[in-house]
Amino acid sequence: MSAPLIEMRGITKSFGAVKANEAVDLSVAPGEILGLLGENGAGKTTLMNVLFGAYAPDAGEILVEGRPVAIHNSADALAAGIGMVHQHFHLAPRLTVLENLLIGIPGKSGRVDRARGLARLDEISRQYGLSLDPNLPVSALSVGEQQRLEIIKALFRGARLLILDEPTAVLAPSEVDGLFAALRSMAAQGLGIIFISHKLNEVRALTHRCVVLRHGKVAGRVEHPASTTSAEMAKLMCGHEIVPPVKQSSTPGASVLTLDRISTSAHAGTPLRDVSLFVRAGEILGIAGVSGNGQRALADVISGMLPPKAGAMTIAGKAVAQFSPRELQTLGLGRIPEDRMTTGLVTNLPLADSMVLPRIGTEAFSRKGLLNPAAIRAFAEQQIKAYDIRCPGPMVRAGALSGGNLQKALLARELAFDPKVLIVSQPTRGLDIGAARFIHEKFLAMRAKGCGIIIIGEDLEELLMLSDRIAVMYEGRIAGTLPSADATVARLGLMMTGAEGHA
Amino acid sequence: MFRLEGRTSTPAWFNLALPLVAIAATLILCSGLIAIAGAGVVEAYGVMISASLGDSYAITETLVRAAPMIFTGLAVAIAFRAKFWNIGAEGQLLAGAVASCFVGAIPMPGYLAMLLMALVGAAAGALVALVPATLRVKFKVDDVVSSLLLNSVIYYALMALIEGPWKDTFSGYPISPPIEDSANFPVLIEGTRLHLGVVVALIAAPLCWFLIARTTLGFRIRVTGENPEAARYGGINVQRVLLSTALLSGALAGLAGVGEVGGVHFQVMSDISPGYGYSGIVVAMLARLNPLGVVPAAIFLAAVMTGAEAMSRATGVPAFLSDVIQGTALLAMLVALLFTAYRIRRVGAQT
Ligand SMILES: Nc1ncnc2c1ncn2[C@@H]1O[C@H](COP(=O)(O)OP(=O)(O)OP(=O)(O)O)[C@@H](O)[C@H]1O
Ligand SMILES: [Mg+2]
Repeated sequence: MSAPLIEMRGITKSFGAVKANEAVDLSVAPGEILGLLGENGAGKTTLMNVLFGAYAPDAGEILVEGRPVAIHNSADALAAGIGMVHQHFHLAPRLTVLENLLIGIPGKSGRVDRARGLARLDEISRQYGLSLDPNLPVSALSVGEQQRLEIIKALFRGARLLILDEPTAVLAPSEVDGLFAALRSMAAQGLGIIFISHKLNEVRALTHRCVVLRHGKVAGRVEHPASTTSAEMAKLMCGHEIVPPVKQSSTPGASVLTLDRISTSAHAGTPLRDVSLFVRAGEILGIAGVSGNGQRALADVISGMLPPKAGAMTIAGKAVAQFSPRELQTLGLGRIPEDRMTTGLVTNLPLADSMVLPRIGTEAFSRKGLLNPAAIRAFAEQQIKAYDIRCPGPMVRAGALSGGNLQKALLARELAFDPKVLIVSQPTRGLDIGAARFIHEKFLAMRAKGCGIIIIGEDLEELLMLSDRIAVMYEGRIAGTLPSADATVARLGLMMTGAEGHA
Repeated sequence: MFRLEGRTSTPAWFNLALPLVAIAATLILCSGLIAIAGAGVVEAYGVMISASLGDSYAITETLVRAAPMIFTGLAVAIAFRAKFWNIGAEGQLLAGAVASCFVGAIPMPGYLAMLLMALVGAAAGALVALVPATLRVKFKVDDVVSSLLLNSVIYYALMALIEGPWKDTFSGYPISPPIEDSANFPVLIEGTRLHLGVVVALIAAPLCWFLIARTTLGFRIRVTGENPEAARYGGINVQRVLLSTALLSGALAGLAGVGEVGGVHFQVMSDISPGYGYSGIVVAMLARLNPLGVVPAAIFLAAVMTGAEAMSRATGVPAFLSDVIQGTALLAMLVALLFTAYRIRRVGAQT
């Protein structure tokens, strides 16, 4: 085995009372793809931030090619050959691809050296199969392309170790294949890669070795991920077995939500064209599709964020008139948005505030315009207990919670009032297996209670497991609907490309 | 070597300590200027303190000055909570002053006059604040710019009034005719200028706190300010909240003008406000947008203003120092606020 490219020894990092990392050892050899696994809050991001110089560790050292180095900021990290692609990108949207690459890279006599930048970009594209039009503004790039730009940026600055923090969480399944091909090519050419993901099948397909964190400590190492089962890895992560939920058969009742020929005007993303669908009581309808085929508009219309241009919608038999969030809630709609942080919660206010937000004007939490702080607090405390939301208490800033706990909080706030219909987008994106399983169980329990649920998602396995029927969206239309008994990943995949229609 | 590092929570004592630290830093920074002006620092600050807080008369004078800044501070604090960037408290104050002066000049029973002055003055301020809010809600016009520019519009409209049709015929100066004697706010302590409006200001602060912390409107204001998208998703009519906030904020700023007319000047002149509207921004920031904090913050600035005049007379340091202290306090507070989001860490000695 070759000498490690990077070695972290005994890294410890605390935030107040929370030990985010404790005595973590980790190393990556040239040409190696290392998987970093762990539940939400296990300390993966923190560890990588230490490596990238964003946090100073309380103890421990970092060695690059056997020599100890001091990394105080990202410039130090880059100088040591460490590049990082964060979960949230750091790009200047109005500048072009090339300009973003050249930010902070001085050319001759302080001027930006475009010609050399272009040559280097060309070289990187050919070397690893990562191409991008250098003159496009970043705002015109898809999420997948922005991620590619972040990777190119790191390589451009001479990274020999590339850290990717949950890169696939934002990608469509088809884009994942492209990313993996590029990562494999980089590893084949001697780069080291650290790959963080909650999707164990991805980890098994891509990585050479894995380190599993639990509560900040190394809980175990997986030497041969390809020949280890997902269940074994999940057990290492959580400390116990994860059993898949059982879906009881059920006979759906009357329709609780119908959309009749809904069309929207062009807004951010693909507009809806003549979309008709329904979901019945006690039924889960999955909405599959390559992202950007109108799923966003569909979720926005149903949740009241985007009034349609034409068409009608009914909830539990009542026609929707205004398409305002308030009206839909009153009619019995529960909603969980795709973006928890920006649409769902108010990160800077206490968690309790976010949990009562949609119903603050109701008798439960206020009377005659006066808040009932005791009721608000009691409600939040009760839900925190019922949903096992890990947090210091209802008054903690919502933004301090981990993704899985935020999702539980949102679920709690919507389910507490027994919605007749529930619409959720990407319900388990970024969640660890345990948290995802918890959410799945809640959906199935709601289904058993007679709630109609629409799940918009990109994870076909998840949709197949939960749904009774699956509708596929293509270019703003419903390309077809299948009972999930007839659906397979392959068949859905074909429909998603518009190749097969089905009524 | 030191570096800034992000933090997710701040200890509770921090919120109290921040403005105090900012004020201490301000006084230290400004002592340099006093020294340059050739006066003793200790002596100068000593004169400032004794002139503003040294005896009961000085204290009442400071409170009289603090009253308008409590109102404008509350106006700004509430607006900023909703992220309605109301830089127009000065114009709203002037509008409130003009409107209440019109009302106060009409003969009627005193208590009725005072009540009407307050109502009409508040309404005038609210109306002015509604302009930038409506422009923002309907046409996405930047509220910082529109509310700021409106200050000049109102100021010159006021000048045109008192130089022209509204000029006091009796004195011949460019000032408005005085309000009726019966409309003068009662003085609470014989021999001082401590008027009823000061008490109203002191009561307004806890009321505003209650509004923000304990009412559904306050809840909506907080949520809208922190995350309008989540607010809309949660069923809050964000535009209506912004307009309500503007009305409330403008009304409070208008009341500042009412107090100056009814309790201090009894008429309107061009310099009725030495920038109380702008000081309101400093007050609100020092108070960290907490209505309860507005009272001590306003009293601090008022003490600086009254104290600076006395200091200038006693030591020859220009009274402009008061403005410098205000500006420095705002900057110091902004720097201090950085530490609610970041902490300073010493980076290992190996460098
Ligand atoms: N800046 C911070 N201040 C305080 N606590 C923090 C900070 N950053 C992280 N933490 C805490 O440290 C722990 C580890 O967080 P980290 O983000 O590293 O987890 P993670 O493994 O990346 O989780 P996820 O899978 O959800 O991304 C958590 O308990 C988190 O709340
Ligand atoms: Mg993370």
